[in-house]
Amino acid sequence: MINGLNDLIDIQKKRLPDINARREKPGDAAGWQVLVCTGTGCTSSASHQVREELAKQVQLKKVQARVIKTGCFGFCKMGPLVVIYPGQTLYCLVKKEDVAEIVEKHLLEGQVVERLLYEEPASGERKRRLSDIQFFRAQYRVALRNCGLINPEDITEYIACEGYFALADVLLNWTPAQVVDAIKQSGLRGRGGAGFPTGRKWELAAVAEGPVKYVVCNADEGDPGAFMDRSILEGDPHSVLEAMAIAGYAIGAREGYIYVRAEYPIAVDRLERAIAQARQYGLLGRRIFNTNFDFDIDLRLGAGAFVCGEETALLRSAVGERGEPRPRPPYPAQCGLWGKPTLLNNVETYANVPVIIREGPAWFASLGTENSRGTKVFSLAGKVLNTGLIEVPMGTTLRTVVFDIGGGIPEGRQFKAVQTGGPSGGCIPERYLDTPIDYESLKQLGSMMGSGGMIVLDETDCIVDIAKFYLQFSQDESCGQCTPCRVGTKRMLEILERITLGQGQMGDLNELEELSREVMDASLCGLGQTAPNPVLSTLKYFRDEYEAHIRDKRCPAGVCRALLDYVIDEEKCVACGLCARECVAKAIIGEKKGQPYFIDRQKCLKCGACLARCPKGAIYTA
Amino acid sequence: MAGGEKELDEKYRQLDEVIERYGHQEGQLIRILKEAQDIFGYLPEEVQTYIAGKLDMPVSEVNGVVTFYALFHTEPRGKYGISVCMGTACYVQGAQGILDEFRRQLDLHEGDTSADGLFTVKSTRCVGACGLAPVLTVEDEVYGKFRRQDVAKLLRKYRRREVIAGDQRAERPDRYPEETAPGH
Ligand SMILES: Cc1cc2nc3c(=O)[nH]c(=O)nc-3n(C[C@H](O)[C@H](O)[C@H](O)COP(=O)(O)O)c2cc1C
Ligand code: FES
Ligand code: FES
Repeated sequence: MINGLNDLIDIQKKRLPDINARREKPGDAAGWQVLVCTGTGCTSSASHQVREELAKQVQLKKVQARVIKTGCFGFCKMGPLVVIYPGQTLYCLVKKEDVAEIVEKHLLEGQVVERLLYEEPASGERKRRLSDIQFFRAQYRVALRNCGLINPEDITEYIACEGYFALADVLLNWTPAQVVDAIKQSGLRGRGGAGFPTGRKWELAAVAEGPVKYVVCNADEGDPGAFMDRSILEGDPHSVLEAMAIAGYAIGAREGYIYVRAEYPIAVDRLERAIAQARQYGLLGRRIFNTNFDFDIDLRLGAGAFVCGEETALLRSAVGERGEPRPRPPYPAQCGLWGKPTLLNNVETYANVPVIIREGPAWFASLGTENSRGTKVFSLAGKVLNTGLIEVPMGTTLRTVVFDIGGGIPEGRQFKAVQTGGPSGGCIPERYLDTPIDYESLKQLGSMMGSGGMIVLDETDCIVDIAKFYLQFSQDESCGQCTPCRVGTKRMLEILERITLGQGQMGDLNELEELSREVMDASLCGLGQTAPNPVLSTLKYFRDEYEAHIRDKRCPAGVCRALLDYVIDEEKCVACGLCARECVAKAIIGEKKGQPYFIDRQKCLKCGACLARCPKGAIYTA
Repeated sequence: MAGGEKELDEKYRQLDEVIERYGHQEGQLIRILKEAQDIFGYLPEEVQTYIAGKLDMPVSEVNGVVTFYALFHTEPRGKYGISVCMGTACYVQGAQGILDEFRRQLDLHEGDTSADGLFTVKSTRCVGACGLAPVLTVEDEVYGKFRRQDVAKLLRKYRRREVIAGDQRAERPDRYPEETAPGH
């Protein structure tokens, strides 16, 4: 039970050597520390088997080593990941079968298992230390500071990293107004999408009248292709709890709710553990740090509706109703949960708060650009070598992210665009790759920061198809209350559908633009107001690709199936029969070692499996 | 079915526990519905009515919530739920083709559940393992870097599991969709 700062310091002292050893600071933690990622990415490739096997063998061979669970390191592409301290050795793609060798060679003999090290693709060099790898070197971690460093299920590891010290400081030494001021001065803006100044929001909630107020965390993360909030919750749940308590103090609330989707089982589990531990240590509950401040947090589950990420819809859903948005004002700061003043922020926004308090607003404001301070977490995915979770200072260029950290496009293909902002964002073409990323610059390019999903597209991605994908998403997820959004997106989708089927007309493009304007102007909530963005931005930068579909009945990327025919080049075909074996539709006819094969157009599903399989490059699309 | 009633009683008993735990808290309807769905496998009208009664709210309100959220379903599902990730990262790596292939091989024209009641196939949003795209899950198991050609093999794996388990309800279908995908 923690009653004051001294109790916190005691715990920190006890656990600091372990953490220092992981931070490579002088300390004297005994023995090896073997960190195994238990983020969603690594768990999906069976990191738990690796962890269990490690624990088993360490015990069996009586090695002085501890096996520790962590959250996501970010380098998910190379998972399951294992990092060993001292030495900061990173092992990639570790399988259960590799464990014996790691234990024998590394933990017993102190030698590195070369073959499991990461090989830098550009130089072919094997990198031993995590911090030597290009992927990590260009990053700067603030919100992700503890992800991959601490065991998220152990509150004392968080405390060792100065966790809950900001809360202690604030409760013991600051006035609520000073807290609000600090957040304002830091220049922090909301990481959930729109980038509203966080300090301003806290101020509005602080001055709102009423004895009962709430603090809410938006952990819905509906963007299809984004997983940063989830990774923070899985890797460092206490940072969110601590920030919410600080926010509660600042605005005068005693209760907080985290709205998290039920489809994030690991995040829900870690949050439940974290809340229970924080209560047990007296860091949530009554009279925190022996002050008069009471604060507790509870979870509310979301059930898979994108629109519930919108703040007014979320507040309804959090009280168990249908998650339908309502017009604003009134804003949540005046009328939120159960009609009471409510402060609503995103997970990543909160994760920044304890650092701002500890390091000072000036430090935070010194990072990033003039109007966008601090760092931003992105989930980088799609046609990029190093998919994963990254954090960079605002103002880093798209090129740095995609080519430096991301390692560029695999298989020697051409970069086409990077999609940011998810369903409310747009596609940015090559010529803007040197744009520094911040809220304004992305908006100027017709895209958005959004929550930080970043999908890289290459020459084999069809831009019309991508626009259709996002619009389909918005159409599916529209709550249906307002006509512009419900019907407008449907009309737009029909047009895009026609174009991909080769039935488009040139007039369609103008109509798409007109409809876009109408839907944006007349929709009730942010979903409809931004849904046309993917269409508008692709029309702006890739109009020729739309025109190729309409005028030439051709899909340059080779995606739109109705516009493709798979053909076997008789000259090149050696009748090996591999394509026919690959074909699930039995559409490829021929005899092994006989005449060239051919494809039955009627039966062909246009899946492209044959094309990928052909060793001679004899199959092409026309 | 022998014992069916007992089984059902047991389920309602579990549901009572859930309502006991969360029912007095405000705004926990979604939580209760989720747990109820985990217990019953889906949310039939009787269960919705039961929950409404216990929470003292109109059935229409409970039903309004059930129909709003993608997580809830009111029809029974197959024994194995296959969720194909249609997040953006998976989509650009060919997830649509995988979904189409499942639908074709399982002959799903309308509805998501195969005629033998074994498989329910649906699409889902980002699973959070984008590095492994395209990704699908079968119940709790995650399959990454999945290819359209692996569909037949996957279905075979679970069907075989049924045969071995000797589960009588899951009869072998008359005819497997044509065997495909050599090399697996
Ligand atoms: C359709 C729609 C979906 C949204 N989804 C999310 C979401 O999943 N997570 C999130 O934090 N914010 C989401 N937002 C933004 C929230 O409404 C809100 O602005 C944000 O959570 C506020 O927190 P912040 O100021 O810390 O960014 C969404 C907005 C709209 C219009
Ligand atoms: S989940 Fe393991 S590195 Fe991301
Ligand atoms: S998009 Fe499929 S796992 Fe993220």
